[in-house]
Amino acid sequence: MTIQISIDGKQITTTAGKTLVDVAAENGIYIPTLCYVKNKTCLGTCRVCSVKVSGNVMSACTVAVSDGMKVEVDEPEVSDMRKALVECLFTEGNHNCPSCEKSGRCELQAVGYEVGMVVSRFPYRFPVRERNHTSGKIWLERDRCILCLRCVEFIHDAESGKKIFSLSKRGAKARIEIDTELVESMSAGQVKVAANLCPVGCIIEKGHGFNEPIGQRKYEKKSIRERAVAKNNNE
Amino acid sequence: MGRKLVIDPVTRIEGHGKVTLHLDDNNNVVDARLHVVEFRGFEKFVQGHPYWEAPMLLQRICGICFVSHHLCGAKALDDIIGVGLGSGVAMLPAPEKIRRLGHYGQQLQSHVTAYFYLIVPEMLFGMDAPPEQRNILGLIEADPELIKRVVALRKWGQEVIKTVLGKRMHGISSVPGGVNKNISAAERDRLLYGEDGLLSMDEVIEYAQEGLKIFYDFHEKNRKQVDGFADVPALNMSLVDDKGNVDYYHGAIRIVDNDKNIVEEFDYHDYLSHFSEATEPWSYMKFPFLKALGREAGALRVGPLARVNVTGSYTTPLAQEALEKLHNYTGGKANNMTLHTNWARAIEILHSAELIKELLDDPDLQKESLVLPADGKSWTGEGVGVVEAPRGTLLHHYRAGREGNITFANLVVATTQNNTVMNRSIRSVAEEYLGGKTEITEGMMNAIEVGIRAYDPCLSCATHAVGQMGLVVSLLDASGKVIDEAYR
Repeated sequence: MTIQISIDGKQITTTAGKTLVDVAAENGIYIPTLCYVKNKTCLGTCRVCSVKVSGNVMSACTVAVSDGMKVEVDEPEVSDMRKALVECLFTEGNHNCPSCEKSGRCELQAVGYEVGMVVSRFPYRFPVRERNHTSGKIWLERDRCILCLRCVEFIHDAESGKKIFSLSKRGAKARIEIDTELVESMSAGQVKVAANLCPVGCIIEKGHGFNEPIGQRKYEKKSIRERAVAKNNNE
Repeated sequence: MGRKLVIDPVTRIEGHGKVTLHLDDNNNVVDARLHVVEFRGFEKFVQGHPYWEAPMLLQRICGICFVSHHLCGAKALDDIIGVGLGSGVAMLPAPEKIRRLGHYGQQLQSHVTAYFYLIVPEMLFGMDAPPEQRNILGLIEADPELIKRVVALRKWGQEVIKTVLGKRMHGISSVPGGVNKNISAAERDRLLYGEDGLLSMDEVIEYAQEGLKIFYDFHEKNRKQVDGFADVPALNMSLVDDKGNVDYYHGAIRIVDNDKNIVEEFDYHDYLSHFSEATEPWSYMKFPFLKALGREAGALRVGPLARVNVTGSYTTPLAQEALEKLHNYTGGKANNMTLHTNWARAIEILHSAELIKELLDDPDLQKESLVLPADGKSWTGEGVGVVEAPRGTLLHHYRAGREGNITFANLVVATTQNNTVMNRSIRSVAEEYLGGKTEITEGMMNAIEVGIRAYDPCLSCATHAVGQMGLVVSLLDASGKVIDEAYR
């Protein structure tokens, strides 16, 4: 059913039930996301895509558009809220962009630039997180994990369909686990897919890194905003 | 009643340190110490990180000679994965030349920074000049054309670094077994022929020669002061090629004595068999020495003066001509005159420029074969990397577990190697300029700093804070009570 909504005052004709973040992107309006992957199940874990829908704060990746919906993206209060959420993600982990091999390809870093984060208003927690480097193929650098759950939901063993990653514990102690047996059966291509799916430098390919020169890394060639609003944004 | 003089912090150096001078009842110097008062801890907190990220993390130790740290780490990683010199594997020609290009570019910009920004003020204005004059702002006022050339020269060095590493500071070029990009013909031509706002290669060499001339003029007018200033003995250490000439990127470690006789020469992978380190409770900087000779006789000098003392010759014509002049000055003996370090530094600016020119003319820079791949079987898990950093011989030593986690890191930085000889220089200057004097002038205290600056020490191996560091001189009695203080 064709409907009318407005985003930041712009009148948009679209189809009822589509995801708000996609509708915005199709109309050239960028809403930052981290856990969201187009054409995949909404996770709604990071809340970085928070916008105001008819005055209420909602995550744009979990909202299905409906007729007459009034959406505010570029609004001071909710813009600052998104920025604060990104700051929280930086302060809750141990993110060392200068030496991280995901730098330049990292969605958290790219979104940090997009929301204009320079420093965090929150104190750094410096959590103690155990790495898992027992696998021969994947290094799990939990310091950088933002618990988006992309890996948990979207990476499965090719044969059995079992999950390779899982979530353990709760709250501040929650962490990603890796099935050390299943991971050994992953193909090189699947490892690469998993590493690229991780929006930060938590899942990294063992022994690889820094192969792309500065200036030619993913978000240096084309910003995360440009990629999101491009017509073919499946990269 | 004896007294103690304190310079805290020492200015116009990289990092934070202080000097204490202990005088007896007759104002004779009984002790002089350079204290390094900060602690970094990189060797500890790199542990646990993936080995391939180590050079990127550890290059952050320094804002000036990060390329040296990056390359040292890269050479150690080459060893770890079994495609390095530790396993007898030579690097492919293109990546080695690209690494060298970045290294020489950094040496040029680092030496230009130290020489012109930090050291030349005293050469032009004198050690007794007012503090408000003897700095970069004073130079701008006195000779704006010179400073324009200096800024352009340093910028060109930074652009060489950016061309290789992608950024002027803390870029990324080396990966285990090679580099991640080559140098395009357009990038090469930009450095060779310049552009609007960027010098050409020939201009760089011309400006480097002018820098050397500044030292010659200064030396000519102040020969007695320059030659007699902190003439202190030490062994001299440098990397050398198979002909015994300095190689800033690779070679064997050679140590020569005052007669330039070889005291020791060895593969740097064996460094632990040859060096030991002493510690003192008053400084965070260790005191390395040659085990065979002990702490005093085995103390080493590294950096520009050590390198010109070790090397027999250069391969580039203009630098060779300058080197011969320096060598002839001491008649074949090693040069121990601390202020001649600035002479050597100016020569090395020229030498770096000429080496860069040779490399830019080399078509290997445009080659596509950039990484020597490793198979899992070649893994050694341990690597040592050494380069001649601008301040001297720099060493990184890592060990990694089979899962890829760094388990051990040891960094021996050039300034550490110079610790004992710097303290000797301070003592010498203190005795000459302050010994027996009842009144301590600002110029006398500055002489101490001039002695330190000649080594261009990087006390934190981090960015220096020029312009932000005050000087406090405290006069204390023997019981430690402050009896007078002066500030600037």
